[in-house]
Amino acid sequence: MMLDWLFASPADRRLLPGGRFAGATPWLIGIMMFVMMVVAATGLALAGGARLVREGVAHRYSIQIADGRSSEARAVAAARSVPGVTRAVAVPEAELRETLEQWLGPVAAGEGANLPLPALIDVELAPGANPDAVASAVKRVVPSAQFIADQARLAPMLGTLNALTAIAALIVLLIALATAAAVVLATRGALDTHRGTIDVLHGIGATDLQVTRLFQRKIALDALIGGTSGALVAAIVLLLVAGGSLGAVGDWTQGSLLRWSDLLLLAALPLLAAILATVVARSTVLAALRAQL
Amino acid sequence: MLRDLDFRLGAGQFYFLTGPSGAGKTSLLKLLYLAQRPTRGRISLFGTELTDAPRDQLPDFRRRIGVVFQDFRLVRHLSAFDNVALPLRVADHAEADVEGPVREMLAWVGLADRASAKPPTLSGGEQQRVAIARAVIARPELLVADEPTGNVDAAMAKRILHLLTALNRLGTTVVVATHDLGLIAATPGSQLIRLENGNLVDPTGALRNPPASMVRA
Repeated sequence: MMLDWLFASPADRRLLPGGRFAGATPWLIGIMMFVMMVVAATGLALAGGARLVREGVAHRYSIQIADGRSSEARAVAAARSVPGVTRAVAVPEAELRETLEQWLGPVAAGEGANLPLPALIDVELAPGANPDAVASAVKRVVPSAQFIADQARLAPMLGTLNALTAIAALIVLLIALATAAAVVLATRGALDTHRGTIDVLHGIGATDLQVTRLFQRKIALDALIGGTSGALVAAIVLLLVAGGSLGAVGDWTQGSLLRWSDLLLLAALPLLAAILATVVARSTVLAALRAQL
Repeated sequence: MLRDLDFRLGAGQFYFLTGPSGAGKTSLLKLLYLAQRPTRGRISLFGTELTDAPRDQLPDFRRRIGVVFQDFRLVRHLSAFDNVALPLRVADHAEADVEGPVREMLAWVGLADRASAKPPTLSGGEQQRVAIARAVIARPELLVADEPTGNVDAAMAKRILHLLTALNRLGTTVVVATHDLGLIAATPGSQLIRLENGNLVDPTGALRNPPASMVRA
């Protein structure tokens, strides 16, 4: 069995004394895992937010007519005449003024206010419909109309969300590298501590793999226990601190910021960290042993 | 430092390695139990040239060698039982096949009632007996012992010598480094390897060219 080494005999376990959480390694890995989980969950939520926004506006467009309402009805009719247009509705002027009032104050409010407003038409296309055909049809009847994809309007915000997601992924990678470096140091420390035992084992004919198994088992268990504990604490903290706000954002975007696959990835992080720590510990021990006779 | 040594150990023979302190006895023993490679020259064990053997081949040969270190080198956090059992466990013997021989060996060296004691709680003599029991438990083909009676009283020294000669009669080649002339005198049939300033004293050439019947490979 590939994982036989994880289930050492009592005699093998006695060779490297020290109970669970006896050294700094499980604590170190636990703290690293806590930070990694928080950053990873944040990154996945940001990516989820960007995805929901992108999906929400994927087939939505706006027609703006700068010179007023007179041509609004013709533009709506032209848009509706194109196959694949599922919705083309003029936004009432009152609604536009109400929106602007939040930013510009009473000067924008009420019918007949002095502030001139463009006509605005919301357009939704069926998947696969050709937006250029809609733009052409509208421009034929209203040459001054502008046909704008909502996605283009939101591009700066989506770009920021994507950049933040990439930064979160980079931080997770850096934490993984720091964890690997910490495991190398911890393994070298353990090798120094147990140098006498290793010399005796080598002297009586133990192979490098037999010696390595002792250390990789210890590090793997330390990493698994430390990593799982750190991940559990991170999950509790995330639920307590950010659970409410994540839910609110999810409601606003009509979807869940974290998908099942994201939650599975987060749940797998402690296991991945334990595998990383085990591989690193194994290579470190083998490299150190090969330097001896 | 050892210089220009040229000798062969006869299979199943009993050797005492003597010489003043600093003559190179420990260095020679290290070469014999494969803890060190010669900087030049050649070394063969059990009919195999091992001077440049890949290190992953060495464990198999080390399992055929028992070593009693001068400083015992017991694992401090393991019991006497576990220390003696180490060679069997390293050789992947089933746990059921370990218990009996280890208890028997501990009884033989007079430590049956100290099986669960850890080295720091044992006297020097007791630690030495544990070290000897560990060296012989796997019935090695070559036993190398560095001052194995250095920390025990005369009665125990006699008993240890008896154990070594009994093992030798079963076919194990024994090399014992010692200053104890009484030990040498009490072992008829043994041969002497004497080192001085890293050189082998072999005026008759018997060590370099032993009788053919004694030489393995």
